[in-house]
Amino acid sequence: MRLQRFATEVLVIGAGPAGLAAGYTAVRSGRHAILVDENPAPGGQIWRGEWTTPRSSEAALWFDKVRRAPLTILTGIRVIAEVAERTLLGEDQQTAYEFRYKTLILATGARERFLPFPGWTLPNVMGAGGLQALVKMGFPIRGKRVVVAGTGPLLLAVAAYLRAHGARVLMIAEQAPLSRLLWLGRGLWRFPTKAWQALILRGRLFDVPYRSSCWPLSANGDGRLQSVTLQCGSRTREIPCDYLACGFHLVPNVELALLLRCEVREGCVRVNEFQETSRANIFCAGEPTGIGGVDLALVEGQIAGYAAAGRPEAARALFPQRDRWRRFASRLNRTFALRPELKKLPDAQTIVCRCEDVPRGRLEEYRSWREAKLHTRCGMGPCQGRICGPAVEFLFGWTMESIRPPIFPARVESLIASPEQGESVWR
Amino acid sequence: MREVVTLTINHTRVEVPAGTTVLVALLANGIMAVRRSVSGEPRGPLCGIGVCFECRVTINDRPHCQSCQVLCEDGMDVRTE
Repeated sequence: MRLQRFATEVLVIGAGPAGLAAGYTAVRSGRHAILVDENPAPGGQIWRGEWTTPRSSEAALWFDKVRRAPLTILTGIRVIAEVAERTLLGEDQQTAYEFRYKTLILATGARERFLPFPGWTLPNVMGAGGLQALVKMGFPIRGKRVVVAGTGPLLLAVAAYLRAHGARVLMIAEQAPLSRLLWLGRGLWRFPTKAWQALILRGRLFDVPYRSSCWPLSANGDGRLQSVTLQCGSRTREIPCDYLACGFHLVPNVELALLLRCEVREGCVRVNEFQETSRANIFCAGEPTGIGGVDLALVEGQIAGYAAAGRPEAARALFPQRDRWRRFASRLNRTFALRPELKKLPDAQTIVCRCEDVPRGRLEEYRSWREAKLHTRCGMGPCQGRICGPAVEFLFGWTMESIRPPIFPARVESLIASPEQGESVWR
Repeated sequence: MREVVTLTINHTRVEVPAGTTVLVALLANGIMAVRRSVSGEPRGPLCGIGVCFECRVTINDRPHCQSCQVLCEDGMDVRTE
């Protein structure tokens, strides 16, 4: 097993908007920085597939800036463990990597929250962002009938994207009540760019029904999705479809922060005004500090980059901008809070943990995540509870207490690769 | 960069545009159920971004590769369960 070693002043984990902004700001402030990302290309989820051909002007602008900067970006590498003080271990398909840093910036993004309901494990039932990610990577959706469901602003963006790629989007089912959506809409005048985006999205979806107080009760089919049954207000209706794209807003990826013993509260990494975590020299920016979207991620990334480079005054100048996007984020998160009825979606047979096939009925007798894990293996499969954890937290109120390395399934060769055996290339 | 990549999926040769992930190659070739769960259910991808591990396949004899995060390469041998 090859082991490649890197040393840098500023190490950034995650090359989405927050990580790109952080790394760029750090190198423009005279620091040496390396960005590491597990995906095939930079851009995170929001700019997935845009590195070679940007669709949004914001992505084009940032990619251009980053390409002109002396910034090393390593993709396809997943960080799995901390092997020594200020040293992280990563791996790709062939090689193990050690990254030694003076300052670390965590920009590990978010994932969709999934809630179990009967039939959600059928092939062709996917995340809303999940189906969009596949189409971004070239999956042909033209002519397919898609129901988009769940909650959050992502549903509109996904529906518009799928439609632009030829999908027949039959309905957008949003669990939030109309009153909340109207409240959000009334406040949008303070965020004109967002109001404009919402109008454009709505325009592109003018003939697609957008139903509030509407959520999936079951996905139906034998071995493969055939239809979805929805609760729409007081009525239920069944819609035949090829795909159900269903996600319930987002949850921060805090596993690496937990591993590094940074304080995490209510699922978010705690940071001070300079985006520094409870551990000195470890910063965090973007979704892990609280779901806030691309604008907040870009500002937080820049603040973290300046602070990591020892330029607190430059960081401070961005605080008002961050406050503004935080206010927007808090409105979004209040609007798309999960309604309690969703806790009743899974019946006793519905699988909650997809890795270990643990149904809800087997979990009910336990009092904690730890107890349930020990007895049922819930959350102990390859995803390590990343999918069922947020669901179980919503259903039973259990929270994940700890994380153990490696934080992703890893090859033993990567874990035992040592500098004596491997090539030592300090850069 | 070459325009087309040739790989084998379950011993069948397929061509995909360069830059396609293994998962998209599988789906585009009609394989929606990528694996069987521990209790034998057919499963397809869920998250699409390397989190859920539902799309894991064997690539070049290495099991448990997340097909959504790996780009197709010439001569690659992909097998599903």
